[in-house]
Amino acid sequence: MSELTATPAAHGHDRKHTISILVENKFGAFNRIAGLFAAKGYNIDSLTVGPTEDDEISRMTIVTRGDDSVIEQIMKQLNKVINTVKVTDLTYESFVERDLALIKVQTKTDTRSEIMQIAEIFRAKIIDISPRTVTVEAIGSEQKVDAIIKMLKPFGIKELARTGRVALKREFQGEVN
Amino acid sequence: MTSQKDGNLNPHNRLMTGAEIFVRSLIEEGVDIVFGYPGGAVIGIYDALHDISDIKHILTRHEQGAVHAAEGYSKASGKPGVALVTSGPGATNTVTGIADAYMDSIPIVVFTGQVALKLIGNDAFQEADIVGITRPITKHNYLVRDVNELAPTIKEAFYVATTGRPGPVLVDLPKDVMASKAHFDYPKKVVMRSYNPHIQGHTKQIVKAAELINKAKRPVLYVGGGTILSNAAEELKALARKARIPVTTTLHGLGSFPENDELAMGMLGMHGTWYSNTAVNYCDLLIAVGARFDDRVTGNVDAFAAEAKKIHIDIDPSAISKNVKVDVPIVGDVKHVLRDLLPLVQTLDTKDWLQTIKQWKEEHPLRYRNGKHIRMQYVIQRIGEITNGNAVIVSDVGQHQMWAAQFFKYIHPRTHITSGGLGTMGFSLPAAMGASFARKDIPVISLSGDGGIQMNIQEFATCVEYKIPIKIFIMNNGYLGMVRQWQELFWRRRYSQVKMSSPDFVKLAEAYGCAGFRAVQKDEVNDVLAKAFAINDGPVVVEFKVVKEDNVYPMIPAGMTWKELMDVPDEELKSVKGETPEVEEIMTLAKG
Ligand SMILES: Cc1cc2nc3c(=O)[nH]c(=O)nc-3n(C[C@H](O)[C@H](O)[C@H](O)COP(=O)(O)OP(=O)(O)OC[C@H]3O[C@@H](n4cnc5c(N)ncnc54)[C@H](O)[C@@H]3O)c2cc1C
Ligand SMILES: Cc1ncc(C[n+]2csc(CCOP(=O)(O)OP(=O)(O)O)c2C)c(N)n1
Ligand SMILES: [Mg+2]
Repeated sequence: MSELTATPAAHGHDRKHTISILVENKFGAFNRIAGLFAAKGYNIDSLTVGPTEDDEISRMTIVTRGDDSVIEQIMKQLNKVINTVKVTDLTYESFVERDLALIKVQTKTDTRSEIMQIAEIFRAKIIDISPRTVTVEAIGSEQKVDAIIKMLKPFGIKELARTGRVALKREFQGEVN
Repeated sequence: MTSQKDGNLNPHNRLMTGAEIFVRSLIEEGVDIVFGYPGGAVIGIYDALHDISDIKHILTRHEQGAVHAAEGYSKASGKPGVALVTSGPGATNTVTGIADAYMDSIPIVVFTGQVALKLIGNDAFQEADIVGITRPITKHNYLVRDVNELAPTIKEAFYVATTGRPGPVLVDLPKDVMASKAHFDYPKKVVMRSYNPHIQGHTKQIVKAAELINKAKRPVLYVGGGTILSNAAEELKALARKARIPVTTTLHGLGSFPENDELAMGMLGMHGTWYSNTAVNYCDLLIAVGARFDDRVTGNVDAFAAEAKKIHIDIDPSAISKNVKVDVPIVGDVKHVLRDLLPLVQTLDTKDWLQTIKQWKEEHPLRYRNGKHIRMQYVIQRIGEITNGNAVIVSDVGQHQMWAAQFFKYIHPRTHITSGGLGTMGFSLPAAMGASFARKDIPVISLSGDGGIQMNIQEFATCVEYKIPIKIFIMNNGYLGMVRQWQELFWRRRYSQVKMSSPDFVKLAEAYGCAGFRAVQKDEVNDVLAKAFAINDGPVVVEFKVVKEDNVYPMIPAGMTWKELMDVPDEELKSVKGETPEVEEIMTLAKG
């Protein structure tokens, strides 16, 4: 877990879970799901939502944590929401995931090249530059994005925007990159 | 069927306003009674209702009353209840009733007026985001944004409210949508890709359950409100009697199994009978049937039926293993599951187990000491004897509610109605009104405390106006009795804000235009009951001045276990404050 997101420390047998939810594009559907997490006091590490191949349906990806019984309740409660079409806990399957971060880093003339080197190692792009800042676009697994943020932190991060995890079940069982 | 202002008799050929479509849709749903209260945002709907004779509208005196009435109607009839209110304050006044229906899984549909679509979000006059407010307390809710969506939304609302685990559904109706026009075409079917309740239980699970049952030596059926919602009382009786399994019910399960049957043990839980709680503690198999392991039932969950294997039948997957881990979960409708289970179970040899329970009933019946002052237990026991279980008891919340659960023997489903999950004081009177429209054949009795009756007392006027023939029994102990009991037992008798005064209820009844009686001494009870039961053409109010500081026993204090069960203390059985010992007698009642 990155130290940049505010989540209470994991305790006991808590484990991180990535839950993928297909939800009807209907009035209030998003609020129903977000509200459920608030009302029942479940953690949210990240939550993303966006369109899918079906224009009546959106996909939400929620990263949450809890012990087995909490996760079981979360799954059941999500299934109970009238607008959810399918709820999958990807944690028990192999899945592909991506997180995107835009990181605005402070620069001085003598640090700029070092920052650019770090970006290159992570295959991140520089998408904006000014006398005092560079903005890095990093895409990858949550872990990879956590890592580049950690590397850039000593230079001074002015602003950070992160999408949170999006994920899909993996079909090919080998490594594709 | 209805009178049409423009003389066009085929409604399908012309454009109708949203308001007309609304009324037509209700008729299509078979709704014949609506509880409601008008206002600016729904004035068009009320205009459309004005000419309709198929739907009776009951004007309550508060929107909370309308929602409780819809709940009471639903509980007594098994049909969905309907309430209709205006926007803003009308809508917010429904919140408590909706939350109540949500906690107790009661199928109701609440229609709220809303400001015009383009004004939503503008802090318009009488605007409230009722869809947002009620999102966590409805099974589902809708804002209708296009008049063409109106009929399909209403169809879906009734479908969602009444299927699966039932619950309240709210439909918000913007004023302009209700004034715009569309063709009326009521859908025949609901197609929802996102909602598909399980009805049939999984065969493998049912076989596993039957195996556990056939091996059990000391089984107990723990039966809840889901059995009544599923209309499965006959199936339950068949199973219990075939397999010879004793039955305990939750507060909401009362009536699902006849309490004059030798297998009946009455209610379990915090104020359940000594023997049902004891049987659950010693059982080797607990079969939960449409019950949700509420904390008022389990106390400390780790010690609840700790030695027993557990089977749990529930239509809501999220109710299973929520509070207590079970060995064999079965997701499905009680009626279907019990039907499938019945042929697989054998007649068990539970003779010794039943004999033990019988002995417990003799040794630890429900008890109180009757003297010259009135005890609520006695009034309720007398009502049970007079009606022989053929009455609908609609209780409020408090001590009288628990005694109503204990001292009346429920025989038929849907004859016990109360607010259990939310515990809403003020529920009884309006809910009894609603129930009365569903049950003309037997007396409907509203039972309240002096506290709760004053929370919706305005509904006296509704009862009088529509000549609603309910018995309104007020148990006046001069206290918020249940809270006082907790202060006495757990807060060193520091009575903080629990003593309360009341108006003269008899005079008040008369002021509203209704008969009122009072009983002050025990020997007046039978007389006033006879008078009350003789009035059948309208409401009657009876105030019983009862013993002030009485406690409900047995009691398992919150979060505790069967070991901490407190039965009626001996000193209480010996004497009651201010009584003359010569006239006292110990009264008992055992279920079964
Ligand atoms: C002052 C006070 C004291 C109380 N003390 C007690 C007490 O001592 N004992 C007690 O029992 N209660 C007591 N209660 C009530 C308690 O709070 C709960 O409301 C009650 O125990 C819940 O009953 P239930 O388990 O039957 O569930 P319900 O709330 O009736 O829920 C029904 C269950 O059945 C399921 N279901 C619904 N339809 C179907 C279907 N068709 N098929 C299958 N399953 C279905 C639902 O999913 C749900 O899980 C008290 C309440 C108050 C206010
Ligand atoms: C709306 C509401 N407010 C407060 C409570 C808390 N409460 C539970 S029982 C009770 C006392 C009820 O007193 P009364 O109606 O006189 O009944 P009694 O217990 O005396 O029979 C109170 C205040 C509640 N259940 N509902
Ligand atoms: Mg009282």
